Amino acid sequence: MKLSYDQVKHIAWLARLGLSEAESEKFSFQLSNILENFEVLEEIDTTNVPPVTPSIPQQNVFREDRIAKSYPQNAVLANAPRQEENCFKVQAILE
Amino acid sequence: MNELHQLTIHEAHELLKQRKISSVELTRSALKRIAEVEDKIHACVTITEDSALRQAEEADNYISSGNIAPLTGIPTLVKDVICTQGIRTTCGSKMLENFIPPYNATVIEKLKAQKAVILGKTNMDEFAMGSSTEHSAFFPTHNPWDLSRVPGGSSGGSAAAVATDEAIYALGSDTGGSVRQPAGFCNMVGLKPTYGRVSRFGLVAFASSLDQIGPITKDVPDCALVMSAIAGHDPRDSTSVPYPVPDYSQHLIPDPSGSSPRGFALEGLKIGIPQEYFVEGMQNEVRAALETAIRKLEELGAEIDWETSLPSTKYALAVYYILAPSEASANLARYDGVKYGFSERGASNVIETTEKTRQFGFGSEVKRRIMLGTYALSAGYYDAYYLKAQKVRTLIKQEFDQAFKKYDALVTPTSPTVAFKLGEKIEDPMQMYLSDVCTLPINIAGVPAISIPAGFARDPSPSLRSGSGQGLPIGMQIIGKPFSEETLLRIAFAYEQTTDWHKKRPPL
Repeated sequence: MKLSYDQVKHIAWLARLGLSEAESEKFSFQLSNILENFEVLEEIDTTNVPPVTPSIPQQNVFREDRIAKSYPQNAVLANAPRQEENCFKVQAILE
Repeated sequence: MNELHQLTIHEAHELLKQRKISSVELTRSALKRIAEVEDKIHACVTITEDSALRQAEEADNYISSGNIAPLTGIPTLVKDVICTQGIRTTCGSKMLENFIPPYNATVIEKLKAQKAVILGKTNMDEFAMGSSTEHSAFFPTHNPWDLSRVPGGSSGGSAAAVATDEAIYALGSDTGGSVRQPAGFCNMVGLKPTYGRVSRFGLVAFASSLDQIGPITKDVPDCALVMSAIAGHDPRDSTSVPYPVPDYSQHLIPDPSGSSPRGFALEGLKIGIPQEYFVEGMQNEVRAALETAIRKLEELGAEIDWETSLPSTKYALAVYYILAPSEASANLARYDGVKYGFSERGASNVIETTEKTRQFGFGSEVKRRIMLGTYALSAGYYDAYYLKAQKVRTLIKQEFDQAFKKYDALVTPTSPTVAFKLGEKIEDPMQMYLSDVCTLPINIAGVPAISIPAGFARDPSPSLRSGSGQGLPIGMQIIGKPFSEETLLRIAFAYEQTTDWHKKRPPL
């Protein structure tokens, strides 16, 4: 499986990952090489094999919905790159 | 014993208990050692000297009032992927270079409950993606046995730090071998617990179905002590299991040679040697060391089956490098420069800001894995990659289940080679991935495994030989059934007592 330069660009877009031209070229080559190594999986018959369940058999986990202490606003905002009036600040999302 | 920082946990604990030393003295000794060797090793990202000394004073007061737990007053270093309240937690990434967590990981709370002393945070491959610690955004860590070589990864900082006595023990995390492989490369003991045995709350997520936190220690009794401290159910991690935590130290049998009334330490245990782990490209010295070590297990009473086979092993690498990047691509979607972390300024709209933030915040290996994972999960490729890998994961897991009906444990090399050179594999991702070929299947199956020192070898290529005359460490991996950590520790301790490998320290 070869990954073309255009496919690399498309995947980067899906991941919202900016890539330089040089990176895109390099990834096209490197990812193709890695994907070749995945072809070994084609030889194994997985008809009727279920996809894995968690390593340890577990049911869903429930707990009481209890009110607990949350973090103070300043602690939550302390790492924010941009903030205003005790809120995270982002650029406009709607036109 | 020459200096306090050279002590093991159990040795230091005895001296603290008898008040022959104080935690402040022990902590000062470790800090002094860090100051001496850090220029050569580069194992640490952050050193918290002042708070470490405060914690040591608290520990001394605690001991004076007649209390002591196994880790009380003992200095430790923590891999920088585990959240520490008020202490920068970078994940080896520019993305989190200035991130200060508002809370502690559960394992940190557990260490603090015992009044442990945290010295700082250790270097790692960015977001734990790598096998050499060269993918740290800050600097590579050097292997103390040969400074021109890698310490392994991704917990390379933790392993190198304990190997040079910068800390008495350290915590790492293991998604595909990241505790065991560096422990093997640095002559340390490293354990990857059963998935669900240790809480992942506060462990920055890489691949959530594979990640576990594990100890890196100087010997097996220390590993047992740290495991008893960090294991256990946590309501904040729904994948942690509500099973009781054994006192792992109770399962270590002293005097394994059969001269005690308890007989040979490994009597009654069946151990399988899966042929598929003695792979092509494996160094002959590693193979020979493993064969010698396995014969030692036999002498200690274990019944060895040299002909064990796990035929699906050859698919593990592909399965891992589809599943781990897929999970990573989802987990790392959170780094958008809004709530915390690096954020690129000056882009004209919100999407461009996100793209640039991720372009400049992440290093090349992280980007490579986000790309791989996004591709494997994308429309039209999901069935061929992600779903297929999840199905083969079932087969790999079933093979382990079958094997453990016959055997109490499996023994393999930890890595097919000794530590490689800095720069040797950095431009060839596939070669780097292959260095984890013996450890990946264990995370895929979710079972526990320990790596212990099993000998030394010179690099087989004469042109690459350098460093100390004794050569480079070789690790032996012992794999067990789910929640059989006590059996692994029992086997590891029996072996450890018959050799001196674990006592050897790099000449620095």
